[in-house]
Amino acid sequence: MNTPAPPAGRAPRQHPFWQLVLARVREFYREPEAIFWVYGFPILMVVTLGTAFREKPAAAIAVAVEAGPGASRVVAGLEAARRSFNVAVAGAAECRARLRAGQCDLVVAAGADAPPQYEYVFDPNRPESRLARNAVDDVLQRAAGRIDPAVVADREFTEPGGRYIDFLVPGLLGMSLMGGGLWGVGFATVDMRIRKLLKRFLATPMKKPHFLLAVIFSRLLFMVPEMLVLLLFARVAFGVQVYGNPVVLLMLILLGAETFAGIGLLVASRAATLETVSGLLNLVMLPMWVLSGVFFSSDRFPAAMQPVIKLLPLTLLIDALRSVMQDGASLWDVGWQVSMLAVWCGVTFALAVRWFRWT
Amino acid sequence: MSAAVCCSNLVKRYDGRPPVEAVRGLDLSVERGECFGLLGPNGAGKTTTIEILEGLLPATSGEVEILGRRWGREDDAIRQRIGISLQETRLSEKLSVLETLTLFRSFYHCGIAPEEALRRLGLEEKARAWVGKLSGGQKQRLAVAAALVGDPELLFLDEPTTGLDPQSRRQLWEIIADFRRQGRTVLITTHYMEEAQRLCDRVAIVDQGRVIAHGAPRELIASLGGEHVLEFTLEIPTADGRPAADALLSLPAVSDVRIDDGHFALSVTEPHVALPALLDHLKRSGHELTSLTTRHASLDDVFVKLAGRRLDAEAAA
Ligand SMILES: Nc1ncnc2c1ncn2[C@@H]1O[C@H](COP(=O)(O)OP(=O)(O)OP(=O)(O)O)[C@@H](O)[C@H]1O
Ligand SMILES: [Mg+2]
Repeated sequence: MNTPAPPAGRAPRQHPFWQLVLARVREFYREPEAIFWVYGFPILMVVTLGTAFREKPAAAIAVAVEAGPGASRVVAGLEAARRSFNVAVAGAAECRARLRAGQCDLVVAAGADAPPQYEYVFDPNRPESRLARNAVDDVLQRAAGRIDPAVVADREFTEPGGRYIDFLVPGLLGMSLMGGGLWGVGFATVDMRIRKLLKRFLATPMKKPHFLLAVIFSRLLFMVPEMLVLLLFARVAFGVQVYGNPVVLLMLILLGAETFAGIGLLVASRAATLETVSGLLNLVMLPMWVLSGVFFSSDRFPAAMQPVIKLLPLTLLIDALRSVMQDGASLWDVGWQVSMLAVWCGVTFALAVRWFRWT
Repeated sequence: MSAAVCCSNLVKRYDGRPPVEAVRGLDLSVERGECFGLLGPNGAGKTTTIEILEGLLPATSGEVEILGRRWGREDDAIRQRIGISLQETRLSEKLSVLETLTLFRSFYHCGIAPEEALRRLGLEEKARAWVGKLSGGQKQRLAVAAALVGDPELLFLDEPTTGLDPQSRRQLWEIIADFRRQGRTVLITTHYMEEAQRLCDRVAIVDQGRVIAHGAPRELIASLGGEHVLEFTLEIPTADGRPAADALLSLPAVSDVRIDDGHFALSVTEPHVALPALLDHLKRSGHELTSLTTRHASLDDVFVKLAGRRLDAEAAA
């Protein structure tokens, strides 16, 4: 089909692709709630988690001492220690109740005087509880005259780039890219299908790939500012730095946004109702939420699962983001992740185009 | 030159439990330059038919030709030259009227300026308003404007005036008539009789997926045998019962009689002859009138005669 030049006197036209992108962008920015969910929510998340995991002075260990003849000896010993303990004396039953409720980490019962005997009640499944047992034991043993033969020096690890928040921010970046891409594209597409807007577009000579590419491309325009806001916030509030090349980081963000937009389009390619699409989106997102290492390293899962986990798009993206942000990796270093993401992006988009239903 | 729209033996079956045969062997031919109306009650298959013609829905079987071309081979060429308004589309609420039209305009090689489309539909004042803030009638007009921006030769309108107040409806008729006066073709569906009579050169009355009558509205009405309708109801009938249909039919100038649940309708050629004769007859047989009206026969009467029920019965319910 050749394109005839518009006859004189007729209105020149805009390019349909840019018009479609513009329409998506306008719709997005004119929806105040969406703005909050997209920009406000990730920041809220960083604030909450960042505050929860901020390095704080080691918290006082809460110890309950069973009332009895030896109780005062225990209390005196703990109070003389360098570490701070939060000591309370109570009846045996009361002590257990506190331990059960998590109000104390350890219960100490003192027995005979010479040599001193102690009984520790603790919950081996709670790390604080095990920690408290060892800390209290150290103090009481020394008080009873133990001499430590080795000389040790403690140095605390607080290097920037190595803190939990530095690990968390790339994870949140990846998670937001996934949520934004999948929900943004999936929901908007099905909504347009329900409103018969897709059918209306089909009734025009619009080129179908123009529309689909515009949906994907417009995601970039929302996601990039969102990620920059998140990064800036993490930097200002928590001193999270990017050690790698910012251009590589930007590339990863773009690629991630496109990949998840492509997956979103695929998920939404045939769904006829919002219920269907949200079910499908959850189905796709849940395994990645759990397995891809947003909050803790995905290496903790069994080795047998690793080949699958490592190929999930969110794992690929988060691994690459962490390498670049925390370790200053180059594009070459994350080449594997980048190429696998590109494959995800290309394949899902191609399938979506093929299966897409307009009515 | 080929017809603007031509379809023969069109069949559409929706699979499902139970399968619905929405269109059952429908033939249609719309000439270039005419305004053609598809008329029928709810569920008659109008939307299904028009969407097949628009190339939005595959037919189960049958032939379709639009402007001498076929769907599946020359889609883009057809789409460049037709304009469509669907029975129901919700355009993006957060875009302004002008932005929406600019978007639609961008899909066509040739067309009119979006501002010009706004002017034609009388929406200039709303150019910058968001679509979500328009009234129902303004949205309908915007839908028609979006169908016009591509400067089409052939316009498909599926119930464009449903839900409009009489004034907006008349405005839209004017726009459609203007379009036709430029020598272009319109295929419109409606269940408003008056609309079809005023607007359409020819109509096809569709019922249960088939065309049950077609022709110029005036001819169809003339086929009833009388241009006028006398309608009356009676006081509780006396012991000797209701007036017999035969007796009424034998009155002068009466060409047809319908009795529907105590409601009488006579097709009449000359009311000034039939009316005195009717009154005389009722007086002699001792009936008391409770209401009496005369009106021009309409396409509704044609439908009632052919299908045995009122066209807008479901719509009114
Ligand atoms: N997608 C579908 N699946 C199953 N049946 C359908 C579908 N669309 C329409 N139908 C059925 O086909 C028949 C014709 O529907 P259609 O929408 O063509 O009627 P219509 O003449 O446009 O009615 P209206 O005046 O109410 O718009 C109806 O019985 C309807 O229930
Ligand atoms: Mg319909």
